[in-house]
Amino acid sequence: MKANSEISLMKGNEALAEAALRAGMQAYFGYPITPQSEILEYLAVHGTKRGAVILQAESELAAINMVYGAAGAGARVMISSSSPGISLMQEGISYMASAEIPFLIVNVQRGGPGLGTIQPSQGDYFQATKGGGHGDYRLIVLAPASVQEMADFVFDGFRLAEKYRVGTMILADGALGQMMEKVVQPPMGSLPLAEKPWATAGKPPSRERNILTSLFIQPEKMEEVNLKLQRKYREIQSEVRYEAIQVEDADIILVAFGLAARISQKALELARHKGIRVGLVRPITLYPFPSAILSQIALSAEAFLVVEMNAGQMLEDVELAVRGEKPVHFKGRMGGMLPSPEEVLREIESIAAVHAANSELIS
Amino acid sequence: MPELKPTNGFEEVFRKVQTLTDTPMHYCPGCGHGVVHRLLMEVVDEMRIQDKTVGVAPVGCSVFAYQYMNIDMQEAAHGRATAVATGIKRVLPDRYVFTYQGDGDLAAIGTNETIHTVNRGENILIVFINNGVYGMTGGQMAPTTLAGMKTTTSPFGRDIATMGHPLKITELLAQLPGAYYVTRHAVHTPTAVRKLKKSLRMAFEFQEMKKGTCFVEVVSNCPSGWKMTPQESNEWMEKNMFPYYPLGDLKVPKVRMN
Amino acid sequence: MIRGTVLIAQEVCKGCELCIAVCPQECLGLSEHLNIRGYRYVRLIQETCTGCINCALVCPDSAITVFREPKGAAKKTVVVQSTP
Ligand SMILES: Cc1ncc(C[n+]2csc(CCOP(=O)(O)OP(=O)(O)O)c2C)c(N)n1
Ligand code: SF4
Ligand code: SF4
Ligand code: SF4
Ligand SMILES: [Mg+2]
Repeated sequence: MKANSEISLMKGNEALAEAALRAGMQAYFGYPITPQSEILEYLAVHGTKRGAVILQAESELAAINMVYGAAGAGARVMISSSSPGISLMQEGISYMASAEIPFLIVNVQRGGPGLGTIQPSQGDYFQATKGGGHGDYRLIVLAPASVQEMADFVFDGFRLAEKYRVGTMILADGALGQMMEKVVQPPMGSLPLAEKPWATAGKPPSRERNILTSLFIQPEKMEEVNLKLQRKYREIQSEVRYEAIQVEDADIILVAFGLAARISQKALELARHKGIRVGLVRPITLYPFPSAILSQIALSAEAFLVVEMNAGQMLEDVELAVRGEKPVHFKGRMGGMLPSPEEVLREIESIAAVHAANSELIS
Repeated sequence: MPELKPTNGFEEVFRKVQTLTDTPMHYCPGCGHGVVHRLLMEVVDEMRIQDKTVGVAPVGCSVFAYQYMNIDMQEAAHGRATAVATGIKRVLPDRYVFTYQGDGDLAAIGTNETIHTVNRGENILIVFINNGVYGMTGGQMAPTTLAGMKTTTSPFGRDIATMGHPLKITELLAQLPGAYYVTRHAVHTPTAVRKLKKSLRMAFEFQEMKKGTCFVEVVSNCPSGWKMTPQESNEWMEKNMFPYYPLGDLKVPKVRMN
Repeated sequence: MIRGTVLIAQEVCKGCELCIAVCPQECLGLSEHLNIRGYRYVRLIQETCTGCINCALVCPDSAITVFREPKGAAKKTVVVQSTP
C-alpha cells in the first residue's frame, strides 16, 4: 500500500486499523470479539509487516494492562474490542485515567446487556461517557458516523489523548465496523510523536525516577489528584465537536450520534419533503458533550427528538442541556435493532401534530 | 546520619546501595520484602543498568516498592503485573523489565496472566514473594497457604476438602517451554541471601539473551500475618514452608555465562 | 583475628533482631532506648565484630554499614561513633 493519501473502498474496521498504522501507532493489544475482530486481523498482517507490536492477549483484562505498560513506557498504543470485552477492561481504564497514561480505545458496540447479540447497538453510551470503571474520571469519546470518520478519528484520538494525557475512546458500532465505504486515508507520519518526559523507559542519571501509579493513600493527596483531573476535564470542554444540519429554521431538532445520526438525517430529508421544519444536531464528541449548542437551540426550536440505538442514554444529557425549556422526545431501538428513517419520520409527524394543536390553542 | 570515618584504615565492606532511595520502608519489622528489594537493587547497581531497568509492582504489601527502588516503575492493578511488564518489554525490548509480585497477586487473581506471560516466554524477570498469606489486607488465606494453616479466612486451618490445595505454581510454570530459568530461594540466613542474589544476577543477565522468562520465587515470612516474631516466623518457615516449597533450582538453562 | 565494626542507622532500625540471630560473634544487642519510630534499635554491645557482614545481609531495612580491617594492617583501636 502506498504511504500517501489515497481513496479506497474499505470496511470500517479495516479503515480504522489502516489509519492507526498511518497515525504512527506503535503497539496494539487485542482479543477477538465480533464485530471488531477485523481490526486485530488486519493489524496482525499489516501492522506486523510495518514493524508495529501487534499482540493477541489471553483476555481483554490482560490486553488493557499491556496497554498500561506499553503506553506507560511511552509508546503510542491502541486497543479495540466490543461491548463485553470493554466491560472487562474497565478496571484498567480507571487505573490509566488516574496514572494519566494516554491511549486510544475503540468500542465497536454490540447489543447487550450480557453476552447479548453481535448486532450493532449504542448501549454503551453511559459506560463510555460517564466513566465505566470506578472513581471520578472521564474519557474523551468520539462518535464516528461513517467509515471515513472511523479512519479520521484515530488521528484525533491519538492527538487528544497525548495532548491531555487521557484515554480517548472511539465509540462505534457493529454496522460502522462492518460497512464498506469509500475512504481517503491520511498520509503516513502526519501525526508527530509527542514528547513524553513522564514515561517509564529507564531512569537516566539526569532526571529523577518516573513513577506511574494510581495509588495515593493519603486522602489529601488523592483529592489533589482528583482536583487535577477535574481541571483537565474542564479544559477538555474546549474540544467539543458537533455537526448541526438545518437547525436555523427548525421547529423540531433531532439529536443523534453515530449510525443513529445517519438514519436521522434520512428522516430529516423525508420530513422536509413533507414541509416539516426539522434540524439535526449530531454530537461528534460525546464527552465533552455539546450542551451549549443544545441550550441555545432550545430557545428557538419547539421540540427535541433524541434518536438512539438504546433505551435512552444520551437522552439524559440532552434533557440536562435543554433544562426543561422545551419537550424532549425519544425514539430508540435496542438489542441490535435499528430504527428505520420511516419510524423516525412517524415520530416526527406525531410531535409536529401535537405542536400544531398546541400553537392553535395558544394563538 | 553521622558518618563513621574509618580513620584507622578500616575499609567499608557493606553499605546500603545507591539504587535504593532514602525513604524508610513501611514493611513490618523483619519482613523479607526489604531484603529482596535490596538484592534486586544491588544487582541493578552492580550491572550498571539503572537507566535501562523498569520495574512493575502490583497491589500487595510491596505496592509501594517504587518508593524504595530508585528506578522507573509502574504500579499495576492486582494480578496484572506480568501483562503490564509484557507491554513495557514489547515496546522497549532492550530494557531490563521485572515484576515483583505476592502469592495472592501472582497465583490467585493473576494466574491467567502469569501462565500466559511465561508461556509466551516474555523476556522478563518475575520475582515471586510467597509468604503463604495475603499480607496487605490483613493475613487472609492465599492460594499458597499450607494445609491446616490458620489465617483470618481459614480460622480453623486450611481445609483441603473445601478450600483446595496449596498451589505449587512454580512447579507448574517450570513445565512451560517459555520458562527459561525457574528457581526457589529464601532470605532467612546470610547464605540464603547470597544464593538469591546470585540467582537474581543470573536472571537479569539471561534477559539479554532473549531466551524466555526467568522466574525467581522467594519463600518469605509474614510475621504480622502469621502473628509471630520475625525470628519465630523464620523458624516456622523452615519447618513448615520449606518441606512443601523446597528451595533450589527447578529449571536451569544449559548455557554457560561468561 | 580480623577486626571489624558496624554502623547502625538507629532511626531506620526496626528492632526485628534478625541481625542479632545471625551474628557469630554475639556482638549485637537491643538498646534500652526507643528510636523516633518507637522501636528498640540494635547496637554494638561487644568489640568482637569481625566485619563478616552477616548482619547486613539479613537486615530487611538496609540499616547496617560494615567496616573491616584490611588484611595485614597494624592493630589499632577502633572508635565506634555512636549516632545520637
Ligand atoms: C481487584 C482487587 N481485588 C482485591 C484487592 C485487595 N487486595 C490488595 S492486596 C491483596 C492481597 C495481596 O496479597 P499478596 O499478593 O500475597 O501480597 P502480600 O501483601 O502478601 O505481599 C488484596 C486481595 C485489590 N487491591 N484489587
Ligand atoms: S503484612 Fe506481612 S508481608 Fe506485609 S509487610 Fe507486614 S510482614 Fe511483610
Ligand atoms: S559484621 Fe558480622 S560480626 Fe560484625 S556485627 Fe555483623 S554479624 Fe556480627
Ligand atoms: S536486622 Fe536491621 S532492622 Fe532488624 S534489628 Fe537488625 S539492624 Fe535493626
Ligand atoms: Mg502474600
